[in-house]
Amino acid sequence: MRSSAIVLALSLATSAALAQTVPAPVPQSDVFTREQIGHALAPPTPDAGRTAPSEANAPKDDGQWTMPSKNYASTRFSSLTELTPQNVKGLQPQFTFSLAVNKGQEAAPIVANNTMYVVTAYPNYVYALDLSKPGAPLKWKFSPKPAPASQGIACCDVVNRGGSYDHGKYIFTTLDGQVIALDADTGKALWRTRLANINTGETITMAPVVANGHVYVGNSGGELGVRGWVVALDEDTGKLAWKSFNTGPDKDVLIGPEFKPFYAADRGQDLGVKSWPPGAWKIGGGNVWGWITYDAELNVLYHGTGNPGPWNADQRPGDNKWTAGIFARDPASGAARWYYQYNPHDEHDYDGINEQILLDMPFQGKMQKVLVHMDRNGYIYVINRQTGQVLSADPYGPTNSSKGVDLKTGRLIVNPAKETKLGETVRDICPTASGAKDWQPTSFSPLTGLLYIPHENICMDWMNMQVSYIMGTPYVGANVHMKPGPGGNRGAVTAWDPVRRQPVWDVKESFPVWSGTVVTGGGLVFYGTMDGWFKAVDARSGAPLWKFKVDSGIIGQPISYRGPDGHQYIAVLAGVGGWSGAVVSGPVDTRDGSAALGFINTMSDLPKYTTAGGTLYVFALPH
Amino acid sequence: MSSRFLTSAAASAALILLILTACSKGTTRDSNAAPPSKNEAVITSAFSPGLDHSLVTTDPRAAPYYDNADAINTGKRLFSQYNCSGCHSNGGGGMGPALMDDEWIYGDRLEQIHDTLVEGRPNGMPAWGGKIPDEQLWQIAAYVRSMSLPQTLAAQNGPTASQSPAPVPRKVAQDNGWSPPADTTNDYTTTLEGPK
Repeated sequence: MRSSAIVLALSLATSAALAQTVPAPVPQSDVFTREQIGHALAPPTPDAGRTAPSEANAPKDDGQWTMPSKNYASTRFSSLTELTPQNVKGLQPQFTFSLAVNKGQEAAPIVANNTMYVVTAYPNYVYALDLSKPGAPLKWKFSPKPAPASQGIACCDVVNRGGSYDHGKYIFTTLDGQVIALDADTGKALWRTRLANINTGETITMAPVVANGHVYVGNSGGELGVRGWVVALDEDTGKLAWKSFNTGPDKDVLIGPEFKPFYAADRGQDLGVKSWPPGAWKIGGGNVWGWITYDAELNVLYHGTGNPGPWNADQRPGDNKWTAGIFARDPASGAARWYYQYNPHDEHDYDGINEQILLDMPFQGKMQKVLVHMDRNGYIYVINRQTGQVLSADPYGPTNSSKGVDLKTGRLIVNPAKETKLGETVRDICPTASGAKDWQPTSFSPLTGLLYIPHENICMDWMNMQVSYIMGTPYVGANVHMKPGPGGNRGAVTAWDPVRRQPVWDVKESFPVWSGTVVTGGGLVFYGTMDGWFKAVDARSGAPLWKFKVDSGIIGQPISYRGPDGHQYIAVLAGVGGWSGAVVSGPVDTRDGSAALGFINTMSDLPKYTTAGGTLYVFALPH
Repeated sequence: MSSRFLTSAAASAALILLILTACSKGTTRDSNAAPPSKNEAVITSAFSPGLDHSLVTTDPRAAPYYDNADAINTGKRLFSQYNCSGCHSNGGGGMGPALMDDEWIYGDRLEQIHDTLVEGRPNGMPAWGGKIPDEQLWQIAAYVRSMSLPQTLAAQNGPTASQSPAPVPRKVAQDNGWSPPADTTNDYTTTLEGPK
């Protein structure tokens, strides 16, 4: 007894000393190897065809960038070839523009009709810049004036993930839950529809998807017991076309005769009620704050669902459907077609909202229509998007919270040793709550056949705590402390071959790579780092080719477009923040490792490298 | 597992009942209290135009919560129970600002913190007046003030802050809520003469 008390006292003293320093990385021996946990239904058959998005989902590149994901396939591939591994070292800023907001800037600049559109973090200013004139002067600015109180219910900084251009309109969301369509020429509001109620904890941070005459958008609030939903609005009027919840009875979830999930676990009546303790589905999360994908080829809408609430899983026994999974829906009616649950009864805050990339890919000796999804839980899922069947699930980062996916049942094989517990700290869980990767989107090049995955290498300690639901306040119930994963680099960009199911190269970064990537026809991958470097690497080898130091860390989505002068430009927003960057953009004290839902514990050194900012950078070769 | 949930549901029901009871009690108490005279209102700005610096921010209701260890410990429990910790963590902040640092946007006196709890603040702080019993709001205010005390900071043991909070000494009530650091020399009163 006595000796164990001394050991405890010593370890506490050590952690106190470390409170303001980054903890030691989790040892490599504490995570499973890729060989231990990778699973697929069949061995690779690369000769069966060439991996590429369909023409319908990725039309011929017109040099513009009208939606954050570039195209419906979400490849973020720019076919422009002016910039090459040979000449990229000459890349220089052509103009910059202050966003007048020093919070996390997660949006993608949008380029249409020689105009660039940028939406900022709260207060969600929209700027239109005239690319046809020297210095890209301001054409107009729109201030939506969202309710200031909405800042207090945004879980992870007051970010906005971008707007979209379609048919003369720029359509975006505000933190207090509005969707607004602006006349792209004049900046005048054509319609505004309020969808969220901040008094219940709802906000909107996602980029709306415009397709098929509809605007598709969902709510945030998974840390406040907000019931998740996705809606379709009429693109011309902003009027609600349909709304689907992600918890509750089948009629609310728009589950009917068309619903044909692949796995038995997802079949049955009102599972969105029965897989919860009585009534808990009403405050159970399953929010839609990440990427919605429209499949123009198959006329299907795919969207992930967020984590169940509260984080304390002891308070919600059951599979907690339909959280932490993915729906395929009829874009016109919202009717569910299939569903797959990445994380049944999630115990680690593994939202299912990361991007899905739509590809035609060889598998089992023939070309199959798949979607590729890099989940928070650490696996790259290749899913047959016509049936919802998981074809392969391989880890792309250190993992020990689960040991693969059972491809017969589709179920994640949870590691009992890393299940979270009430009143007990479970240590060294990998990946961390924000996942092996969070919302930051991957790109895909049809030229290399590789995915370029920006991600994290962070683990965590977690203790469940009893939490009461008080509407409009956080409904979390966990004390979390994050720490670097094996090797100590907290971030990486990984080039991944989805056919051979293996990494091709890996660039390690000190901080989580919280920016998206963009890949170009010239063979370059661009991404930004949280300490403020904007970088280009060789798409085939990962070799570093160019970097430029910007005024604040980068967590935005870089793009590549053809300017009015015919030259290739690269644009990105600088401005650190987000969940991982709250240590800089938020009023946070690094002496409390549990701050910002535990992220501060592993990010306390970021303020030494960067300060808050908000600036658009646009680069090109001198010409 | 399900019995655990029932416990939680019961706790939630009790909390709601508590809030409702508090609501009616609070109203009664407030209506019985004498209205503050205009010089006794709790101010929320350090700026009072002119050279008269006799800022008055006192509220006699704050007095019992100084030098009161019970109040701090109860406040710590309530801070978690009412989900304050969901936004402010254990003082380090997150969705809401850090409370263990030395920045006080709306003042660091107990009556000022109490006002922030009752009224809410425009950039996201909810208004709890009438929803949490007033005595509990004072206890939470005392815990919040304790988080940045040197004694509390020195007692931190591990990566989670504010777990051994010290009582709030009465002397912190002697400034108007925005004191400069102790080693600051103020010389503006000696160099500036206002118009008579």
